[in-house]
Amino acid sequence: MEKQISNFIRALRSADVRVSTGEALDAARTVAMIGYDDRAMMRDSLACVLAKSESEKQIHDRLFELYFSSAPAGSAAQSAGAENEGEPGEDPKDAAERLSQLTQQGNEQALATAIERAAEQAGLNDIRFSTQVAYFAQSMVRAMGGEQLQARLLEALQGRTPDADAEAQRLIDVRRTLTMTARERAERAFQIFGAAETEKFRDEVAATKRLSAIEANDMARMKQLVAKVAKRLAVKHSRRRKRTQRGLLDVRRTMRANAGVDGIPFNVIWRQKKKDRPKIIVICDVSGSVALYVRFLLLLLFSMKEAIPDLHAFAFSYRLKSVDDILETMEFDAAIKKILREIGLGSTSYGQAFSDFKMEHENKIDRRTTIIILGDGRSNYGDPRLDLFRDFAGRAKRVIWLNPEGRALWGTGDSVIPRYEPFCAQMSHVATLKDLEKAIDEVLTAYS
Amino acid sequence: MAKNTKTGYEPMTSIEAITAGLDTVGYISISQISTAVFLAHGLRKPILIEGPAGVGKTDLAASLSKWLNLPLIRLQCYEGLDEGKALYEWKYGKQLLYTQILKEKLNELLGGAETLKDSLSKLSGFEDLFFSPQFLEARPLLHAMQQDRGSVLLIDEIDKSDEAFEAFLLEVLSDYQVTVPEIGTIKANVPPLVILTSNNVRELGDALKRRCLHLHIGFPDHEREQRIVRARVDGISDTLLNQLVRFVQSVRETDIKKRPSIAETVDWARTLLLLHASTLDEAFVRDTLNVLLKHESDIAAVSPAIGKMVREATGPDARGRLASGYPDMG
Repeated sequence: MEKQISNFIRALRSADVRVSTGEALDAARTVAMIGYDDRAMMRDSLACVLAKSESEKQIHDRLFELYFSSAPAGSAAQSAGAENEGEPGEDPKDAAERLSQLTQQGNEQALATAIERAAEQAGLNDIRFSTQVAYFAQSMVRAMGGEQLQARLLEALQGRTPDADAEAQRLIDVRRTLTMTARERAERAFQIFGAAETEKFRDEVAATKRLSAIEANDMARMKQLVAKVAKRLAVKHSRRRKRTQRGLLDVRRTMRANAGVDGIPFNVIWRQKKKDRPKIIVICDVSGSVALYVRFLLLLLFSMKEAIPDLHAFAFSYRLKSVDDILETMEFDAAIKKILREIGLGSTSYGQAFSDFKMEHENKIDRRTTIIILGDGRSNYGDPRLDLFRDFAGRAKRVIWLNPEGRALWGTGDSVIPRYEPFCAQMSHVATLKDLEKAIDEVLTAYS
Repeated sequence: MAKNTKTGYEPMTSIEAITAGLDTVGYISISQISTAVFLAHGLRKPILIEGPAGVGKTDLAASLSKWLNLPLIRLQCYEGLDEGKALYEWKYGKQLLYTQILKEKLNELLGGAETLKDSLSKLSGFEDLFFSPQFLEARPLLHAMQQDRGSVLLIDEIDKSDEAFEAFLLEVLSDYQVTVPEIGTIKANVPPLVILTSNNVRELGDALKRRCLHLHIGFPDHEREQRIVRARVDGISDTLLNQLVRFVQSVRETDIKKRPSIAETVDWARTLLLLHASTLDEAFVRDTLNVLLKHESDIAAVSPAIGKMVREATGPDARGRLASGYPDMG
């Protein structure tokens, strides 16, 4: 049983549930305490010990069903182990006889046991990709003595008598049953050990894919990924906001803390430096090609509300508008659609957008603010209003420009990116979710 | 596991015993909850309970203490909570007062000393006097360690405390011992049964989660909610109970900011009982909806559908008939 548990924990780990050694030990103790007669109880108990969040619990319960649905009782596997089988020296006739016995009605338990043992010999738990199912199924059949069965089958086929034909037909059926059972088992092993691995691989691919090339059917996956990234960043940056500065005495607080001891400074309190809470203003160009990126940037930022309590979003193509209300009141996809529909029209003008911002929202910028601008800086040969931009940059903590265009294109045609660049603390090319994560990480790190 | 015969944890012999025991003090448990409690006792690990507000997280601790007849020691977390408030403090005032009172005595004792060195060596014999358990103010964590028969330690809303406090808690929770530099290590003879609750205001650290058993309590299903309300509200009729629970369950399915939890259901049931409602009707619901929903926007969102929801809740329903078959315990 311990082996079962440790294999189960391996499956959990491969499904991205982090299980520490201590927890594995706890799991073993739990099973010893609860027993494994009552499956529901065992599932609840193990979930309690191994899963550390609601989503992990769901993964746990799903794997539990998959994993323990088939595992034969440990004792059965051992008692049947005495039979000799699948060894190269075994007589083909015996092997064929043994295998056909297994596939007969009423021998399901024995077959299951043999399959489990073959699975172990074939190292089935190492399965990672669905393409390996056939290979592992074959290895399992071989481990059970498939080669001898094959030899016997060939022999029977050469007999050319009605008896031999019948025999051959029977052996073909045996082989088919065995292969199918082995396949089913391999399929399930893939579900347990491999499916999560494949998902991880797909996630990896999606995170490094150009955001503009994400297809509609990958959107759900991307949303989950963005949520993961947001959580990671939020955890990293919502650390405590105080830092003790040793050496500078906080006289007022020290006196108060020691009032009870006649003001004799037993407890010395040092001045603390408070970190600023991040305050972000994001201005997005929602015209044409950039629109595809806006969705992800906003999704990411608005999923991190706990780390960035002070967040304002603006969108423009010709005129600039605040989109906080839309994003806060509507469901995200609908909100983005509405933003693109209402604001995404008209020819892009960075100059007009900046002057709109100056008129109505300039007072939102203070020395704690980071301004993030998402856009390609293609302003249709209009006045870029560098004077305004310089002014914003001077008032704000930093200005970060995220550009979905490759660096080689900057400054070509109507792109005025190079003229804005001197005022930006950073100007980076953002094409994938990874880039986005890195950029936002840097923005938030500047506050610590 | 060998058990000390003197502990108050005796009744927790099995998962069923816990469910039944909690039932006697009016806490309607489910197998996941009882299992977690059983394991917490067996593995000596704290339980971390997550879930929406008002589903009985805090109440589990209170009910356990009531059932086991053990003291409930509660530590409410908030931003800025530190060791001094959670673990122990020296009674400065008392120490000061005593030194003043004993001043003369000290003078007498030290009077004979010729040199500074002499008086210092004399004094060193007494110094522990003022840093002894007598002057130690035990705060909840230390208090919980000192209980002879064990205790239920409730660390409420751990997510509201700072990360520094969370880290400090790790030591206490893994060894069930605290170190007071002047006195030494105080170890719990019988470790407390620790219950932490979190409303997910912030993400808890992995280290803390790893030391705890994780339990998520969600909204109850129809049957359990009925039983809970029946246990909490005396004299409620079967019809009204069934209807109001069905109504609340359907409100939870609507898209609102703050979904009503068990606490609200119980309050609402009490309100309706005070108003002598025998069945649910639309006017009653409209007048008392503010008990159930705490946001103006939520009330506005549900209002248009009230008529329909009340009709559904009072109409025939397979689920309702099934659940009303329970004997009246109130």
